Amino acid sequence: MDYIIYFSLTVMTLALILAAVRFYKGPSAGDRTLALDTMTTIGVSSIVLLAYLFDRYIYLDVALVYGVLGFIGVIVIARYLEKAL
Amino acid sequence: MSILEIIGGLLIVIGSIFLFLGALGIYRMPDVFNRLQAGTKASTLGAMATILGVGLLAPGWIFKVLIIILFIAYSNPISSHALARAMHKRKGYMYFKDEDIDAYSEIEEKDNSEK
Repeated sequence: MDYIIYFSLTVMTLALILAAVRFYKGPSAGDRTLALDTMTTIGVSSIVLLAYLFDRYIYLDVALVYGVLGFIGVIVIARYLEKAL
Repeated sequence: MSILEIIGGLLIVIGSIFLFLGALGIYRMPDVFNRLQAGTKASTLGAMATILGVGLLAPGWIFKVLIIILFIAYSNPISSHALARAMHKRKGYMYFKDEDIDAYSEIEEKDNSEK
């Protein structure tokens, strides 16, 4: 079962690299914000997988708080780009 | 290996592949609206499937895992919607410039004329 976790973490790392390339290249601020949002989602999934791999229940709280902070950050940046903050 | 572990491992693999496809869509698509369309839905499904797979592998964690899934299920569409509306109001670059498919600009003009 551990090999499935290793395979999934490798695929997620490749996805993280693709999103980071878009975060670096992205022509507008919206592209960069979208790449940041996707990197947050991939990070939450990776932290949950690491919680199972290391058998630490408390890491699920870390994933939940990371997801909440990423969501609030994206909402704030979107409202700022809308000139409505 | 029990049947729960097999289903959980399968869900984890499927979810990680969906996450990769979402990031590939973000890398390849031409403008910001297509990137939102390709990236957000695929990465939402991928994250939900991966986290549900972990919940099936470790059945004692299922409540907190369901809380995380519920949070992702409502936070990701909200953030992508806010981002799409912001980029539309900023007149972001559109790859398809056909006026017939830009329905939100008509609603925006109607809202502006009512004010």
